Amino acid sequence: MATVTAPALDLAARFPQAVRPDTRPGYSGWIVEKDHLLEVATALRDEFGYDLLSSVTGVDYYPDTMEVVYHAYKTTGGPGIVFKVQVPRQDPIEVPSVTPIWAGAEFQEREAWDLLGIRFVGHPDLRRILTWEGFAGHPLRKDWKEPFYEEEAKPYKSRWPDGKFFYAEEKNPFKDNLKFPPDFNPEDWTPDKADALLYASLARYLKSDDELKTDRVIINLGPQHPSTHGVFRAVAVLDGETVVALKPVVGYLHRNHEKIGERNTFLQNMPFTDRLDYFNSMSNNWAYALAVEKLMGIQVPERAEYLRVIMAELSRIQNHLILIGMLLNDLGAYFTPSLYAFEERELILDIFEAASGSRMMCNYHRFGGVVRDIPPEALQKLKGLVYDRLPRKVDEFDRLLTENEILVSRLKGVGKLSAEDAIRYSITGPVLRACGVPYDVRRAEPYGIYDRFDFDVAVRYNGDVYDWYLIRLDEIRQSLRILDQAIRQMPEGPVMSTKPQYQVRVPPGEAYGRIEAPKGELGFYVVSNGKPNPWRYHVRAPSFVNITALEKMCVGNKIADFVVILGAIDIVLGELDR
Amino acid sequence: MYGKGILKGLSVTLKHFIDTYLDDIAWWGKRYYTPEGIARRSSPQGRGIFTIQYPEERRPLPEEFRYLPFLVYDEGPNGEKEIRCTSCGICTKVCPAQCIWIVRTTDPNTGRPVPQPAEFYIDADLCMNCGFCAEYCPFDAIKMDHDFEVASYGRNVYSLEKLLKPASYYAKIRPLNYAREEEARKAKEASKAAKSA
Ligand code: SF4
Ligand code: SF4
Repeated sequence: MATVTAPALDLAARFPQAVRPDTRPGYSGWIVEKDHLLEVATALRDEFGYDLLSSVTGVDYYPDTMEVVYHAYKTTGGPGIVFKVQVPRQDPIEVPSVTPIWAGAEFQEREAWDLLGIRFVGHPDLRRILTWEGFAGHPLRKDWKEPFYEEEAKPYKSRWPDGKFFYAEEKNPFKDNLKFPPDFNPEDWTPDKADALLYASLARYLKSDDELKTDRVIINLGPQHPSTHGVFRAVAVLDGETVVALKPVVGYLHRNHEKIGERNTFLQNMPFTDRLDYFNSMSNNWAYALAVEKLMGIQVPERAEYLRVIMAELSRIQNHLILIGMLLNDLGAYFTPSLYAFEERELILDIFEAASGSRMMCNYHRFGGVVRDIPPEALQKLKGLVYDRLPRKVDEFDRLLTENEILVSRLKGVGKLSAEDAIRYSITGPVLRACGVPYDVRRAEPYGIYDRFDFDVAVRYNGDVYDWYLIRLDEIRQSLRILDQAIRQMPEGPVMSTKPQYQVRVPPGEAYGRIEAPKGELGFYVVSNGKPNPWRYHVRAPSFVNITALEKMCVGNKIADFVVILGAIDIVLGELDR
Repeated sequence: MYGKGILKGLSVTLKHFIDTYLDDIAWWGKRYYTPEGIARRSSPQGRGIFTIQYPEERRPLPEEFRYLPFLVYDEGPNGEKEIRCTSCGICTKVCPAQCIWIVRTTDPNTGRPVPQPAEFYIDADLCMNCGFCAEYCPFDAIKMDHDFEVASYGRNVYSLEKLLKPASYYAKIRPLNYAREEEARKAKEASKAAKSA
């Protein structure tokens, strides 16, 4: 199953004026002149077939340069392309927006504006996204300091050898440690002010042009749990019961994961990745380990590769089961399906716990392997699950739900998305595949040892929520196939290729590690400058990118369907808000 | 027929319902509040109700389960606490939450560092239970505890006093790890002895 490698694309030959190769040691890809970005991007999409923009982010090369980094892939598979735009680091930092070419850049560009202060010219709705309007500064800039700032990088010197304890909260952020913008007065701040821009962006939808001249209304869903997925808010414009426009408002759980990540050492980030998509810490660990292992150029022993696959596929199974259970909760079928799902999930978590020490915050992967082998009893239990119980239980779910008339009528035809739109909006994961695009990173650009397994990329063609539901069952069955092979093939041997080290050496350079996480493509973009801490640590979170198309999915549907759609995209706020 | 799908689904819930009673009968008197009953309910063969009635019932924790760290001491011949920690500082450096604080002992006469912690604090409220400190400690001096019932009303900053637990406790909660480490230690001592002999 060897993938055919296409001849390397020489972008510089095609655009001699506008593009040059990125020759910094450890870097790859192309540097595009800012003024030619749209031209080059259009050619990449239309001529060269890079139709899926995976990630857009910025890197602050303090004090001179600000860089925007793009990773694009072909939905037909194969390696991707990385290109960058460099601009002087002087406000206003302006780069053309690629949203006309890849609509999926919309939220990612807003994020880069919010956290790095890069203005994307031509962006349809450039507002802050993870922090609030009125927030002082752009936190991911290297000269920005957080309220609990202690030192540039961990480990902090105050901890040893003279570690006189102090309470972190005594460095009270509301005294001299908090920065406000000059014209900001916390006394008279109201959320309406921060929301003014948001409502202004919706104003044009408020005029109705039908004959009755009915009123359109704005409805806020959330910011409490509008379904069962965490603190999320959506502002919808309604015409009767029909959604006319909808803007997600996110960031309620924002903790600037990436800033923390840049203060941490490379290893210290591992347990932090657990806290992104807290259902799938095993997958998160893997994606991050992949990125750093690429930088370090180290291999993973065979047994560890198998263990990684086993854990990731188990993770996918329990994620999809919970998703289905919770979706049914959203639909009003309270807790029977979701408790059936939890039962299976608990059994899977038992295995995680036995191997890693924790049910959810697994922290199982290390650079060069996994932390420890799976205990024999857990392996025995795993076999019982994979060979016997789970296949039975998936069929049971199928019987319980798939033909249920109420479920079918609530899901069929709702949230419909065409394959073209799904790609344009950079949707990845089960939702993309349910729209008829058989794109799965495990096949498109196999990582680990996925090229050894025999499995089908699940695909469905209607692009409605019913198919999003069905494809999860398909994927569980495929995961079971992979697990079956992995358990049988797994060799004995060590699980770490290097001696465990608490301070790893990471040569300078950049790396993008991506995997097919249960929720979509999860990517980690890591830049090292040879120091113990990453210079840049970016998470391309599938939950975050997938909701870029939420408006597109909801418009034309009833307001009650919003809950269904949001539930079926499968988001988790720990990852979305980061 | 409209409603067939619903009926099909209901047959599944009915089966679950009946399964509970079948297992109750098959495991008459043993299904609840017994270790076998708990093991059965949390095994792939489990059927029906799987809830464990915590705190009356408790699920056995796997050896690798980790909660908060504690410091191991060996018991000397006269019951004195021989703290294993040498205050080398590796755990403070690897700790992602930076919640370990160590004051190293210095010899009052020479001013030189002594391999003993004078103070050792762990801010248990900041600890993210990652287990790195235990994993990277070169002296097997800090280990992850199984005790998870630590809720309290106040702030939880553990001092040396509270963190110290005997090696026998460690051997009890993590027998396999303990045995492996003891073996490695003995092998090392033996090879040392062989070299010096
Ligand atoms: S607990 Fe271990 S790692 Fe930490 S200071 Fe003591 S000996 Fe060093
Ligand atoms: S478990 Fe992790 S967070 Fe807690 S003290 Fe140890 S290293 Fe620090």
